[in-house]
Amino acid sequence: MSQPFSADYLAPDSASSASSEVSAWGLLRLRQQLEQGLPLAPRPYLALAERTGLTEQEVINAITQWQEQGLIKRFGLVVKHRTLGYTANAMVVWNIPDEQVQALGQSMAGVPFITLCYQRPRRLPDWPYNLFCMIHGTNRERVLAQLESLIADHNLQHIRHSVLFSNKAYRQRGGRYVSHD
Amino acid sequence: MRLDHTDQQLINHFQRHLPVCERPYLEMSRQLGISEQEVIERLQSLQSRDVVGRVGPVFEHSQAGASLLAAVAAPEDQMDMVAARINRAPGVNHNYAREHAYNLWFVMTAPDNELLEEHLDELEQELKLPMLRLPMVEGYHIDLGFDIDWEALS
Repeated sequence: MSQPFSADYLAPDSASSASSEVSAWGLLRLRQQLEQGLPLAPRPYLALAERTGLTEQEVINAITQWQEQGLIKRFGLVVKHRTLGYTANAMVVWNIPDEQVQALGQSMAGVPFITLCYQRPRRLPDWPYNLFCMIHGTNRERVLAQLESLIADHNLQHIRHSVLFSNKAYRQRGGRYVSHD
Repeated sequence: MRLDHTDQQLINHFQRHLPVCERPYLEMSRQLGISEQEVIERLQSLQSRDVVGRVGPVFEHSQAGASLLAAVAAPEDQMDMVAARINRAPGVNHNYAREHAYNLWFVMTAPDNELLEEHLDELEQELKLPMLRLPMVEGYHIDLGFDIDWEALS
């Protein structure tokens, strides 16, 4: 695993030789702040700088660097789909032979209506499924029709699967890896 | 919930690549043809209506720390209570009811795997319910920043 708290996350080739001296604590505090979301003020990065003991430029550099390194994979509005009307959200789980799961996962990843697709371990005997995909939809019939087309297109007619629609969100928010509840 | 055209445009353009500069909302406002103040007010409104959870980063979980999908089988008539207990556990960021014998599905995060397992052990002992722990083996596609189908929602 990488070391997300290290000051090395700032660009070593930064014009400022101070980059290596950017406070690791400041960067940790910045990550904690970012997990709560960006302030909605004209200069949000300055606001973050004031809360973390960094400068505005250090905050901007760190966020840019974290995006380039892939620690931040997306930076923008995080939509709550359920509020918008995406209420038919299905987690479809499959029991795929081990030697086929990777190829199938990669293939399903390219299907436009599949929003998430990953492999997880089986937990026998209760849980025989090793491939998960998610379909976010606005109505159940349409999602089930998409599932039918997925089964036909990938020859999954004989694969055991289960469809788990979500009917309530008890919590939905961003991951808080370094900040406390 | 119905959104006006400008709100839709805000979401269409800025689920990713939010500007990282001194005045990001000013930069966004130029692209949308509205004022910086209006961008800020619309973002505040979208957040207060719970359409947008937050503006900011989505961290790559494998780099950011530890996270794990888990499920428990709760008695139907106790789901709300069990869900509330799960939400009180540290680091739970998603928790959904799903139609299955394993009917509560949640994601727990922690700074590292050791702490994560510890927190799950504690929760499992408290709940005394069967629990599945399903760490990710491989992600093939993980992106909830997909284009919103406004037509289907209207």
